[in-house]
Amino acid sequence: MPPLLEVRDLYIGYGWDERNVTTIVRGVNLTVAPGEVVGLAGESGCGKTTLAFAAAGLLEPPGRALAGQVLFEGTNLLELPPEQLRALHLARISMVFQASMNVLNPVTRIREQFKDAMKAHGVGSADEASARAKEMFARVKLPERFLDAYPHQLSGGMRQRAVIALALCLEPKLVFLDEPTTALDVVVQRSIIQMLNDLRHDLGFGVVFITHDLSLLVEIADRIAIMYAGAIVEEAPAQLLYQGPEHPYTAALMSAFPPVGGKRKRLEGLAGQPPDLRRLPPGCAFAPRCTRFIQGTCDTVAPPEVRTTEGRRVSCHLYAETVPSRPLPEAGPEALGSRGNGARVAGQPIGLSPGEGATN
Amino acid sequence: MVSTLGEEGLRAGPQGSQVPVLEVRGLTKTYSVGRFGKAKLVRALSNVDLSVMRGEVLGLVGESGSGKTTFARTVALLERPTSGEIRLLGRGVPNRLNQARLREHRGHVQMVFQDPYTSLDPLHTVRYSVARPLQTFKVAPKAAHAEAVDRLLTQVGLVPPQDFLRRYPYQLSGGQRQRVGVARALAARPALLLADEPTSMLDVSIRLSIMNLLLDLQKAESLSLVFVTHDLAGASYMSDRIAIMYAGHLVEVGPSERVMGEPRHPYTQLLRRAAPDPASHFGTGRRFEARGDPPDLANLPSGCPFAARCPHVRKECTEALPEWRQVGPGHQARCVLY
Ligand SMILES: Nc1ncnc2c1ncn2[C@@H]1O[C@H](COP(=O)(O)OP(=O)(O)O)[C@@H](O)[C@H]1O
Ligand SMILES: Nc1ncnc2c1ncn2[C@@H]1O[C@H](COP(=O)(O)OP(=O)(O)O)[C@@H](O)[C@H]1O
Ligand SMILES: [Mg+2]
Ligand SMILES: [Mg+2]
Repeated sequence: MPPLLEVRDLYIGYGWDERNVTTIVRGVNLTVAPGEVVGLAGESGCGKTTLAFAAAGLLEPPGRALAGQVLFEGTNLLELPPEQLRALHLARISMVFQASMNVLNPVTRIREQFKDAMKAHGVGSADEASARAKEMFARVKLPERFLDAYPHQLSGGMRQRAVIALALCLEPKLVFLDEPTTALDVVVQRSIIQMLNDLRHDLGFGVVFITHDLSLLVEIADRIAIMYAGAIVEEAPAQLLYQGPEHPYTAALMSAFPPVGGKRKRLEGLAGQPPDLRRLPPGCAFAPRCTRFIQGTCDTVAPPEVRTTEGRRVSCHLYAETVPSRPLPEAGPEALGSRGNGARVAGQPIGLSPGEGATN
Repeated sequence: MVSTLGEEGLRAGPQGSQVPVLEVRGLTKTYSVGRFGKAKLVRALSNVDLSVMRGEVLGLVGESGSGKTTFARTVALLERPTSGEIRLLGRGVPNRLNQARLREHRGHVQMVFQDPYTSLDPLHTVRYSVARPLQTFKVAPKAAHAEAVDRLLTQVGLVPPQDFLRRYPYQLSGGQRQRVGVARALAARPALLLADEPTSMLDVSIRLSIMNLLLDLQKAESLSLVFVTHDLAGASYMSDRIAIMYAGHLVEVGPSERVMGEPRHPYTQLLRRAAPDPASHFGTGRRFEARGDPPDLANLPSGCPFAARCPHVRKECTEALPEWRQVGPGHQARCVLY
């Protein structure tokens, strides 16, 4: 099946002034197949929300795409005129924003918010919109009477259900969920995730699920992309990623999440802090925090993207067939596949990426 | 970074000692909310029985609104208990204390607060915030303060201390602020540290370092630590024993591995199924089912607070609050099933 979404070598920066742009997202490739759940994880500030906005065609100034393509069902959203883009939103692509429990309009009854949203998309009469709202409330398991409530009359979990109902009311094919359950208690979080899963089975939309909670993501995603300092450093099927993270960053991030129960064991997690995106270190952006750092290589040469097994890729010198200046350390994995498409040419410093020159 | 004590440190269990530092019986706290005439009584804590042993880490786990903060603040006497008994270091704490006894109590029981952005006074330097308790609780003579502050900052990993002494909170990251909060609490030389969700507002990468810091200090100083959290994984990483709260009630207490591995109270079982846990959820394809919401604390049902949501509910559950039942070694649940 052709991908629903295909992000190709995307660079995004922030800056009102063309000569003063900070590159945030650096060369991202990502695909979502119809009905698939793709997880996106990484520390805060690594660019998850920025990437989601761009991939949903929602990026607004000062954010700007510097290079690359966002193909939704084959159409490049970055080149679409605004009115066509608006027509896609909600109807084909929708997004549940970070902290969106608080984005419902506080002075408007929820029913009216459904009507407004549907009217903007030319969905027939008010009655039709009302019927649709009722149906969506049933799907997200909210009592119908809450349609006539104001958002503040609902608990956090109920508000989030209402937001999801609104995001799905026109049955989009692709839904971005940006930390949809982060502020909620575990029982409420799990109920909402179960509900989303049921809805996905009924309505068949693809999902990009963003969270910093890797434990949760591993359970719910089909595939996971790990983001660090604006780039995807590893991508793998969820189960493989959990059983054997390849990138040292993924391994460190995973070790920052203790397991529930079992024998207690000391974890060291992730030392240090992510780099300032305006002043990325040369070579691999993770090198200064990496425990498997190769001197002379990781601090000078951008890591190549390597396809280690079917459906997996990792951007790390440890997996390169030939490391430019040093041999593989003994601990390194043996059987490594060939470099995949879009593999970055080893030796090209990241600093030469589009837009980057302007920030230095 | 912080010194590490290795795995032995983590393994030393409640065996640390069986001498209780804190014993709480029937602790109840109600708040009156609303105006006269329409005032409602919110029962934030109902009949809580709990002991904390010397040198142990007790995880206090519950969803938001379950009464965790109220428990910590009441034990620290930042709030007055409505009823119930608190014994600290073997001594009963009377309901009315004079200033000197109140200060003594607060010196023994220190808190680390949830929000590192509001818990430090923005107008004071790190040096001031950490030195203040040295004076209030008469821990050291004035001449020794500078050295004590240096040592405390070093202990919490703010090194070299000279780099931090003159900083104001806005000049610190969230993780650094939380370290100052820990140093300030330690300055009083407490026997019991109550850490109220100390990592919930921090970024993932910083959470574990604060948890490790607390574990290291707890060992080094043989402190008793109550680690308050809504995160089961964090609680099981930190704690020798875990206590589960629901709607102001304690419903289960026991060794951490047992409470997480064989939860007995139906509410604990619900929490356990809900928490992210790839190790046991993978490939099970099990549906998550839960009904209802926690009860209104101004209108608590009689009997077990979980009865309305409990899949095993019986008639007697709604009649009276179940007694504590022994469900395993050192493991108790307040449930009629056992
Ligand atoms: N409107 C904006 N203008 C300038 N910089 C921004 C803007 N929004 C986000 N950023 C910066 O982009 C980076 C990535 O942010 P974000 O995409 O929100 O990350 P995440 O969602 O992973 O936490 C951060 O350094 C942030 O400060
Ligand atoms: N000062 C107060 N006045 C009125 N109600 C309060 C007060 N403090 C806490 N409560 C209520 O007590 C209940 C328990 O709150 P809290 O102890 O903060 O729970 P937790 O820390 O587990 O989230 C909540 O319903 C809360 O609204
Ligand atoms: Mg974000
Ligand atoms: Mg609290």
